[in-house]
Amino acid sequence: MSRSRDLILARVRAALAGVPDVEIPRAYRGPSETPPETPSATPSETQGEIRLFEERLRDYRAVVHVVAEAAVPERVARSLAERGARRVAVPGGFPAAWPAAARAELVADEPPLTAADLDALDGVLTTCAVAVADTGTIVLDAGPGQGRRALSLVPDYHLCVVRAGQIVAGVPDAVARLDPVRPLTWISGPSATSDIELNRVEGVHGPRTLEVLIVT
Amino acid sequence: MRSGERGERPVSAASVTFLGMPATRPFPRNAARAVRDSQLRFNLRKATRTIRARRASVVAEVPDWAALRDAGRAIKEHTLRNLDRYLLQLEEAVTAAGGHVHWAADAAEANEIVAGLVKATGETEVVKVKSMATQEIGLNEALLEYGITAYETDLAELIVQLGDDRPSHIVVPAIHRNRAEIREIFAGRMAGWGRPAPEDLTDDPAALAEAARLHLRERFLKTKVAISGANFAVAETGTLVVLESEGNGRMCLTLPTTLISVVGIEKVLPSWRDLEVFLQLLPRSSTGERMNPYTSMWTGATEGQEFHLVLLDNGRTRVLADEVGRQALRCIRCSACLNVCPVYERTGGHAYGSVYPGPIGAILTPQLRGMSSELDRSLPYASSLCGACYDVCPVAIDIPSVLVDLRARSPHPWPERAGMAAAGWVLRRSGRLARMQRIGGRLRNLAPRRLPGPLAAWTDTRDLPEIPPESFRDWWDRTDGGRR
Repeated sequence: MSRSRDLILARVRAALAGVPDVEIPRAYRGPSETPPETPSATPSETQGEIRLFEERLRDYRAVVHVVAEAAVPERVARSLAERGARRVAVPGGFPAAWPAAARAELVADEPPLTAADLDALDGVLTTCAVAVADTGTIVLDAGPGQGRRALSLVPDYHLCVVRAGQIVAGVPDAVARLDPVRPLTWISGPSATSDIELNRVEGVHGPRTLEVLIVT
Repeated sequence: MRSGERGERPVSAASVTFLGMPATRPFPRNAARAVRDSQLRFNLRKATRTIRARRASVVAEVPDWAALRDAGRAIKEHTLRNLDRYLLQLEEAVTAAGGHVHWAADAAEANEIVAGLVKATGETEVVKVKSMATQEIGLNEALLEYGITAYETDLAELIVQLGDDRPSHIVVPAIHRNRAEIREIFAGRMAGWGRPAPEDLTDDPAALAEAARLHLRERFLKTKVAISGANFAVAETGTLVVLESEGNGRMCLTLPTTLISVVGIEKVLPSWRDLEVFLQLLPRSSTGERMNPYTSMWTGATEGQEFHLVLLDNGRTRVLADEVGRQALRCIRCSACLNVCPVYERTGGHAYGSVYPGPIGAILTPQLRGMSSELDRSLPYASSLCGACYDVCPVAIDIPSVLVDLRARSPHPWPERAGMAAAGWVLRRSGRLARMQRIGGRLRNLAPRRLPGPLAAWTDTRDLPEIPPESFRDWWDRTDGGRR
């Protein structure tokens, strides 16, 4: 194998002899100077981002609710009841108060559930690491309340709780905040395909229903 | 393969690079057959128009699109310029994160490496995430020779695999199929590969997607080895990035215990930050979405998985050596150029005889594979040079210029060379031109509609323009610019 390594590197070097380098112009909008949850962000700016995020999510046919912190347990209970979810996975580190009012059985991933176990669940509750208003994207990084990647993939229903302070304006803001060492999953709406006549159809292998609670 | 004349750069090297499909008949003959297929033209017309409109609207809402495109171009150019350094950095970062890195000089070596890795696990079945690199090297066919069955899991790839068909588009390989045809394939073929399609399957896209979900579910849950490509590989961190829509990618990347990713050496990006550019450029250019439903990023061995990265050359270093053609290596496989191309819209992807169809294929295939076959020599002509591909390219690959350059270097038949030499001789002196124009004007009624022998190839596809009785200069002299 190392022979091919040397061969490829030698070919690359031979191909590049005398080729000049180029400057990278970064005239595009980079990460914002002030992250929105810092006091310097004005309330109207934050409000605008929440509204945009909500609108983009609805474009992907995700279900969205904007709720106050105190109303989260009731909203979670109602969403799970409306869905008819009886057994849902709850990753370690998910705030205990939020699913407290739910009548569904809460299943921990300890010891790790098998793929078949996950497939038998009705849904999963998670938090997120960051959310992008401009593209309606939620990013999970396997941190507290998010669990390993399979947890938010195999069950057919994903309820994600996003705190308003986690919503950033654009993609560059999210990239700047994320840690590449962690496994990252960027989610923009429910699973979908454009493979049949290039029309978007929601619902293939990932969760077919994505419900998002934005906590203000 | 003969090299170009007068010190021009030869395109082909000694070996012929395998590109997933045998190079057979030349493009014009494939195209002539394709345009007579009215169902194909209807399907393509509908699909490309849909996607063009969607792309245009989501690109228009990004105020700094031009700046992002310029940055995308420059990042790729800079990466290619320092490719050796970034490949080594990537190798080091992936290894430090617990992954294993392999280097494959060509398709055969890549296939051998992957087959060896699968065999070492003791498994005989693998699930696959849609990947152009593995299409290019014909991995599925190669694995079969080792007794390993590869199951495609992307919906369009599944349609192609079940239909015993060939891909015709980079992002949507089954773009040439409409919903009724897909229903037929699912109903007839799913049973041969696993769970059969539901009895009452309709051609409603939602029902077809549901059928694919049911068909693949068990497979995802039990298969221990997955094979993927990657859209990007970040040298700085060793992070691999896969963009997808359906969740089949996540299933393959997450559930199996061994993951093997086959990645072209040009997919590397220098820094983590560079993703802020490409995560904006790619989804909007590709499927016309603000963001694709799922993007997975992982660094080395993740969540207890065993991870292998196979870095693939397969002709890329040869393209890198070409001053004009190397820009094709900037390609991020978005397909925007296919979707706007008037030639692609009419002929479809199969006519290009390569896993890389459309405008990008017309410049990439002859460079990767060399121009030893009639098909590969014909590909640089599979374009009207309208330039729409260049306009939409998110990394500003000047496809028309590369096409023209490749045309100049492909061998030309003697009647064409003789004709061009004669034209050159006439056009070199204005007196000569005037004399020829006068002779032409006098003999204009004798001009044949169709040229004889090998010259007929020219007149078969072109109308002879009306020859005027006198040239403009002669008219001006005779009438003093219309005053007499």
